[in-house]
Amino acid sequence: MTDSFEPKITAFVCNWCTYAGADLTGTSRIKYASNVRVLRLPCTGRIDFMLLAKAFSRGADGIIVSGCHPNDCHYTSGNYHARRRWMVYRDLMDFMGLDTRRITFSWVSAAEGARWAELVNEVTVAVRALGPYTDYRELALTGVE
Amino acid sequence: MSRIGVFTCHCGENIGATVDCAKVAACTRNVPGVVHSVDYKYMCSDPGQTLIKEAIKEHNLTGVVVAACSPRMHEPTFRAAVAEAGLNPYLCEMANLREHCSWVHGKADATTDKAADLIRVMVEKVKHNEPLHPIKVPVTKRALVLGGGIAGIQAALDIANCGHQVVLVEKSPSIGGHMSQLSETFPTLDCSQCILTPRMVEAARHPNLTLMTYAELEKLEGFIGNFKATIRKKARQLDEKLCTGCGLCTTKCPQKKIPDEFNEGLGRRGAIYVPFPQAVPNKPVIDKANCTFYRSGKCKVCEKVCPTGAIRFDQQDELVTLDIGAIVLATGFKVMRTDKFPEYGYGKYPDVIDGLQFERLASASGPTLGAMQRPSDGKAPETVVFVACSGSRDRSKGVPYCSKICCMYTAKHAMLYKHKMHHGKAYVFYMDIRSSGKDYDEFVRRAIEEDDVTYIRGRVSRIYEEDGRLVVKGADTLMGGEPVEIKADLVVLATAVQAQDGSEELAQKLHVSYDPYHFFAESHPKLKPVETNTAGIFLAGACQAPRDIPETVAQASGAAAKVAALFSRDELTREPQVAVVNRLPAPMFSYCVGCFLCQSACPYQAIEQEEIRGRDGSLLKTLAKVNAGLCQGCGTCVATCRTKAIDIQGFSNEQIFAELMTL
Amino acid sequence: MRIGYYPGCSLLGSSREFDESVRALAGALGLELVQVPDWNCCGASSAHVLDHKLSLALPARILAQAEAAGLEEILAPCAACYNRLASARDALDKDPVLAREMEKVIGRPATHKVRVVNILEVLDRFKDTLPGLLKVPFAHKVACYYGCLLVRPAKVLHFDRAEDPQSMDRLAAAAGAAPLDWNYKTECCGAAFSVTRTDLVARLSGKIVADAVRAGAEAILVACPMCQSNLDMRRTESNAYLGADHQIPVLFITQALGLALGIDANRLGLQRHMVPATFAPAAV
Repeated sequence: MTDSFEPKITAFVCNWCTYAGADLTGTSRIKYASNVRVLRLPCTGRIDFMLLAKAFSRGADGIIVSGCHPNDCHYTSGNYHARRRWMVYRDLMDFMGLDTRRITFSWVSAAEGARWAELVNEVTVAVRALGPYTDYRELALTGVE
Repeated sequence: MSRIGVFTCHCGENIGATVDCAKVAACTRNVPGVVHSVDYKYMCSDPGQTLIKEAIKEHNLTGVVVAACSPRMHEPTFRAAVAEAGLNPYLCEMANLREHCSWVHGKADATTDKAADLIRVMVEKVKHNEPLHPIKVPVTKRALVLGGGIAGIQAALDIANCGHQVVLVEKSPSIGGHMSQLSETFPTLDCSQCILTPRMVEAARHPNLTLMTYAELEKLEGFIGNFKATIRKKARQLDEKLCTGCGLCTTKCPQKKIPDEFNEGLGRRGAIYVPFPQAVPNKPVIDKANCTFYRSGKCKVCEKVCPTGAIRFDQQDELVTLDIGAIVLATGFKVMRTDKFPEYGYGKYPDVIDGLQFERLASASGPTLGAMQRPSDGKAPETVVFVACSGSRDRSKGVPYCSKICCMYTAKHAMLYKHKMHHGKAYVFYMDIRSSGKDYDEFVRRAIEEDDVTYIRGRVSRIYEEDGRLVVKGADTLMGGEPVEIKADLVVLATAVQAQDGSEELAQKLHVSYDPYHFFAESHPKLKPVETNTAGIFLAGACQAPRDIPETVAQASGAAAKVAALFSRDELTREPQVAVVNRLPAPMFSYCVGCFLCQSACPYQAIEQEEIRGRDGSLLKTLAKVNAGLCQGCGTCVATCRTKAIDIQGFSNEQIFAELMTL
Repeated sequence: MRIGYYPGCSLLGSSREFDESVRALAGALGLELVQVPDWNCCGASSAHVLDHKLSLALPARILAQAEAAGLEEILAPCAACYNRLASARDALDKDPVLAREMEKVIGRPATHKVRVVNILEVLDRFKDTLPGLLKVPFAHKVACYYGCLLVRPAKVLHFDRAEDPQSMDRLAAAAGAAPLDWNYKTECCGAAFSVTRTDLVARLSGKIVADAVRAGAEAILVACPMCQSNLDMRRTESNAYLGADHQIPVLFITQALGLALGIDANRLGLQRHMVPATFAPAAV
């Protein structure tokens, strides 16, 4: 880990809550670490965990998945599906020997601008300390792209 | 081949101050597939939009990325501009350089790099965008209103007055609901039936309104604009065309002692009855469970005396199927019964009654013709205790919420009692006084100051009977927690307002969400109080939450307005970001294997089954099919699909993978 | 049948007749009472108003003693002991951290799994055999008085209905009595204020006695030594408060049942009461 290592964080967020919350962070001019790249989805329920695997193989050092709070999903139940999938996926990741500390699953509502900034900063600091996620990347690069 | 145009906005200083827009536009030019990349001060302005439109034509663009503020802000603006230039609006995407970049990071190379990254992500996505067209769904301009109380009547009348057909379905023999049972309404002390019955008659006479009383919803199929409702018209045992409403049958029925529902068990009726004198329709119905003929085969007196021969003992229920475009749920509420209170006697004391029962006692058309009489012995009660918050705000009774109307109707009851018995003593045990509507607090003050009602702040711990009177044990917490014991002749419990019986079953039939107390769930508690998450079904009145008459009427009109808006066009257009199951040529037909995991994951029941048949009619395969009219585009089904046979237009797997590939 | 037995302090002191009648009845029913070895005071009213942990530790030791002796259930006839033991067991069951702490205090490991039952629950197990054993039906109108501690807090004790309990009424009926519907079944008698505020006990217990008489009762049946003592021993004071001269006797349910089974009144301790139990059979 060199001093100049800056982690790449990819964030999968839902349009109605977390994306809007991140917009609020912007409107409130709250500053946070710039390592994150946000990908917009209609709902966290849309997230197939193959997408997370792809993100890692493309060089993400850390991933954030964030959606509406339980009971508040714009589409009623998408976030419950996402949470359940996450439970299973986390065990699978563990089993495969992937680093589950690099994925953060959270809820940020459209009103929680400050929380989004806090989350991004926390994750950036944590992933910076873990260092670059080279294991998976190497695996991916040797395989078929 | 992709020909993408990228338009980077400075947004004045908002983006330009921290992101080097010119540099970003320049390096974007080098991205494969981008043929045009410029930056400009204000992209959303007229000249900015013109820039885009001209570039589309000049460079034959196949896709556009506007790198500016949040798409939640201006996506519609830029999509409209792009459409004007002749390019499908869904080939335009936005990169969020403002809320997600320039406003949250300092001026640095990292910020500009991030901006460039964000643009590249959207460029790659747009390359996979397909032209989409808004989905059109036809609309049947007939509304169904379930529930004939004031909410249902108001909504039905409003819709009918817009010129649309309405069917009003009510499960009891007459419309009117709980409002018809009230004696006077707060805060004006208007006679309830006097203000309600004109509306009831108007509903019966309105040319656009079809009234179906003594009827219930049997089944509902379909989706917004295209529902099919099956209504069960229960047999009244009457030929309604012949019945003149003379009422002779009701006076001759030998059964006299059946506790009647309209009077909350305090009055008696026969087996053939009209619920109340102003019932609409004013036609009787036979209560088969209690009728002598149905129980033992003898009697038929009503048939003999009927001057027009309208009685039909062999009449069966009738099922009617209707095409409906929109539904308004207005099924109202019920009140908790006194037998739910072990500390107040388990319901065994006839002189401990609930609020609706008091309304019937006070009502001029009630079992005592409005005279204050105790149910037990008919004597006038000299001391009456009113207990507010009976069951409400009480987790141990399963009702943590406030029932909203009780503070007001308790004050009203106390006043009505005092108006009828000037020398009587009225006490109200309360926790708080919630009188927040117009003229409401003044109304409560009037009860205290003018009508001499004694308000005691404390709860009642026990009520028991002693020598024919009720001993009420409570506390006066404002006097330091002193125990108070009052010997009363009548006790009125302001019991909790609860969801109507059968709400859960009805909600499940309609696929409408409901809360743990079985009140129907609105789409958004603040901004969408009359819509549900089920497209085309709206809410009015207390079936959503406890509420008083003015709010109910307002909400009913609100629901009617939503229905009218729906009916204002012949077709509904919807955003095309919906899921689609892929189709392939025979023999595969689709990657879909028919497991229907997607169907159970879909919160909107938007996935149907489609049968693929061979030329001989044999079933080859059953596939999932998305009803574009219902699909809201959440994508849960996509992630659930094992074979990746289903995908969402606008957020397809290709598009998202493409975005990821750039990072 | 055998069951663990926790008499508690009052059954060896001022309410000896409760202990005597329980043992006599148990003998007649074939129920073996195995006393909890080296039992200590449960803490009663005093411990729980002074120190929460003390109020748990004292019952915890009793439960541990019972467990060590291989007892799965303990019968605590005194309603207060029953309530303290059951509440402590519930608290320790729900909070494992607290439970570990209690083990250190009492100096031994314990599972806190011993069940605590009251006299009404135990007698209810014999409801089918009782009719066959009746010798002299207790043919009197009775007001069954439960007091506070047998049914509250309902969430911990899960016993009978909290507002209008019926278990004692059923036992009374099985003994041949006619249980009455009356209003003061679970109203407080004044409890431990018997000593410090006798005036309050006079008022509270007085009202209970008055209502039983108003309902037409010939006897009040109880299942708590404190209640019995307030309603019986403090009769002079409560009669003074009421300005009346009620002589209605107060019997333990075990005494009423014992009489019905033909057990001698002296063996049931009826002679210890202040207000004479004037309809004991000729044996007195």
